[in-house]
Amino acid sequence: MKRSIQFRLNGKPVALDTDDERTLLWVLRTDLDLTGTKYGCGEGVCGACTVAVDGTAVRSCQTTLAAVQGKNVVTVEGLERGGHLDPLQQAFIDHGGFQCGYCTSGMLMNAWAFLQKQPHPSRDAIVQEMDANLCRCGAHQRIVAAIQEAAGKGGAR
Amino acid sequence: MRKHNANVDADDLHRAALFSNTRDGRGFTRRSFNKLLGGGIVVLITTKPATLFAQRRAYPEDLNAYLRIDENGRVTLFSGKIEMGQGVHTSLAQMAAEELGVSLDSMTMVMGDTDQCPWDQGTWGSQSTRMFGPAVRAAAAEARAVLMNLAAKKLGVAREKLVVENGVVSVAGDASRKVTYGELAKGKQIARLVDEKATLRMVKEFKVIGHSAKRLDGLEKVTGRAQYAGDIRRPGMLYARILRPPAHGATRKSLDTSKAKAMSGVTVVEKDDLVAVLHADPEAAGHALTLIKAEWDQPAAAFDTESVGDFFVKNGGEAEVRTTRGDVSSVTANVVRSTFRTGYLAHAPMEPHTAVAELKDGKMTVWAGTQTPFGARTRIAQTLAVDEKNVRVITPFVGGGFGGKSAVNQAVEAARLAQITGRPVMVAWTRGEEFFFDTFGPAAVVKIASAVDDQGKITSWDYQVYAAGDRSAEVLYDVPNVSVKSYLGRGGGARVHPFAVGPWRAPGAATNVFGRESQIDIMAAAAKIDPLEFRLRNASDARLRRVLKAAAEAFGWKAAPGPSGQGRAIAVGFDAGSYCALAAEVAVDRATGTIAVKRVVAAQDMGLVINPDGAKMQIEGCITMGLGYVLSEELNFKGGAIADRNFDTYELPRFAAVPHIETLLISNDDLAPQGGGEPAIVPMGAVIANAVFDATGVRMLRLPMTRERVLAAMKA
Repeated sequence: MKRSIQFRLNGKPVALDTDDERTLLWVLRTDLDLTGTKYGCGEGVCGACTVAVDGTAVRSCQTTLAAVQGKNVVTVEGLERGGHLDPLQQAFIDHGGFQCGYCTSGMLMNAWAFLQKQPHPSRDAIVQEMDANLCRCGAHQRIVAAIQEAAGKGGAR
Repeated sequence: MRKHNANVDADDLHRAALFSNTRDGRGFTRRSFNKLLGGGIVVLITTKPATLFAQRRAYPEDLNAYLRIDENGRVTLFSGKIEMGQGVHTSLAQMAAEELGVSLDSMTMVMGDTDQCPWDQGTWGSQSTRMFGPAVRAAAAEARAVLMNLAAKKLGVAREKLVVENGVVSVAGDASRKVTYGELAKGKQIARLVDEKATLRMVKEFKVIGHSAKRLDGLEKVTGRAQYAGDIRRPGMLYARILRPPAHGATRKSLDTSKAKAMSGVTVVEKDDLVAVLHADPEAAGHALTLIKAEWDQPAAAFDTESVGDFFVKNGGEAEVRTTRGDVSSVTANVVRSTFRTGYLAHAPMEPHTAVAELKDGKMTVWAGTQTPFGARTRIAQTLAVDEKNVRVITPFVGGGFGGKSAVNQAVEAARLAQITGRPVMVAWTRGEEFFFDTFGPAAVVKIASAVDDQGKITSWDYQVYAAGDRSAEVLYDVPNVSVKSYLGRGGGARVHPFAVGPWRAPGAATNVFGRESQIDIMAAAAKIDPLEFRLRNASDARLRRVLKAAAEAFGWKAAPGPSGQGRAIAVGFDAGSYCALAAEVAVDRATGTIAVKRVVAAQDMGLVINPDGAKMQIEGCITMGLGYVLSEELNFKGGAIADRNFDTYELPRFAAVPHIETLLISNDDLAPQGGGEPAIVPMGAVIANAVFDATGVRMLRLPMTRERVLAAMKA
């Protein structure tokens, strides 16, 4: 149904006049021109499209616009603050927590939302949390190390 | 001796040595230049860019095909290779930076753009560093020599008195007398050396090569700014969805597009085999596709997931003989016979095949996620019946390839639709399309009959491989009687398979090494000899022995014949010029059949290593990706109908499955750089199967070793 949709996106208000059954992933990637969030499987099983909605990691390919009405949406483009990388982003660079980079936005957002809720997780807890996100290149060990380091530095405000 | 002409001042020389326009042949001719110089240090390039880029099947000799140095000192390296995660974006820059004498931060990479980069066959086979690397280093070394000559003139001192650091040339002992590369080159073409050959830096001089560098693509990739083909936006662009058959080999018997045509904003294309719907909104295009009605005839299935191996063996046809040494039929005592099987594998890159095509002023530009931009250009030009010069392929970052993006059908589809509609078009395969139109790694069978004498020496090796090809099919060990035969080539093409097959990371090698290194373990156990000791007893190859010993030592190997109950094993491969030994530890849950891989130690000899941390990332990636084909990945199908269409049933390794991985690079700087993207994935099947045997005494002969198969094997 076409209606007015309003939400906060990376800290700024967004208003759209469009079909509220449209999928958040594609609205981000087309109307809103934020292509950092990726399509991977379209069925919520790979995590490449992960964004945070009110601080919780969700699969944007399984999220309608109606579901984010009035909410606070953060995408990978919203992690930098004042021109500085989030400690999590810096840790991914420092540990080489990516190869092709295609799953990276989803990995970052899943980890970012997780660290907000659980600032000092154990390694096992990180592994369990990240298990829902797929990486084909095999950067897993380094991604876990990056999240551990970011957690130690109080990453993800 | 080099002749300097006193009548030519530094500025004249400078002007003469550089062309007037960036990457453009206008300016001095060879004749005017030689007149100016009186026959001297450098000559101008007489080839025009058009001919410079027309060279095929070889890398250009002209350094200007690879390098440009801007006035601000930034160095751009042009590479026909592409970046798909393997890290050559960084390691190629390291090679150029080293030979030029500039910092790595001053490098910019332009990769896989057919209008800007030197021709390249494709990014595969772990070849970027070992094949393209030497061309980059030679070009950069030559540029450095030319720039040093120019600097010597400008500063009025002999070249031998100059030093270069971070792109600044200065007089040794007087840093105030200096000139930068940027001031010398000014973004123009650099003349070539005539009477000397540029020398490469020696290992002991290295400041960039051999030092771990953080990846240059890191910032873009952690901020979401890195662009992939699907992130390209063109004015007026339409998103296309294409009608697909329910099974490979199906033929369409009816088509009704009327409802799709009635939908607002939809363009329907029906041309020969191509039926597509296009819309400015990708979801709307997807909806329009569901409105198309089509009926199909499907051919009967010749075989399926379970019967494919028998089908290959029955239909193997004539063998290609790879090796014949001694006489395998002369050995009849203690012959051990084994048959190994592997399934079809999907590449399953996280980025599905995607391309954007735009026809503008008679030129088709295609942005494609591809491992073969130049091959894509050729195919697009042929399909559209246009000259190749009217097609440009640009390769943004590629979201994983593993061999699967050597095929470029999505780029051809986008170009066809752009030509038909006159609008920029994106074709982005869904995950379901990716799992259907992938060029799968072929299922295969390996049959081995081998024998060992009472001294623990292998006496005979009779090897037959079906459909995996003969990459890494060599016996590697010292065996007097050897026969290696390959049936159906690698894949055997359309005459055998119900769908497209193609190269899958180290094509066929993992299958061959799964067979070989399992059989070695089987013989070691039969001879009651520790599997490491058995390998060393039968191997004289120094590099092979070195990686085996290094992996075992780092692992903390405790010698014992198998099955020792430790759940540990070793396996080794030789691929893409590199040796890689893996030692692994597993735990097997006898109740569920679940294999937990706890630890993998890798020792790899890949010659000179350009970026040690980057090389380790590739080894870790190989081991992690390898877990998939070893434990869970196998494409389920019946004839041309593919059952696995997403990650819910085709299971990639996830975080909880990844073991602790330790990597060891064997120092071998005297050997030129060898392959790094594939070797470590090759021994994964055997090392895990051997570890399962060591833990349980049960021998797994088929990959993947699913829970069901492990349980069945333990009951047998």
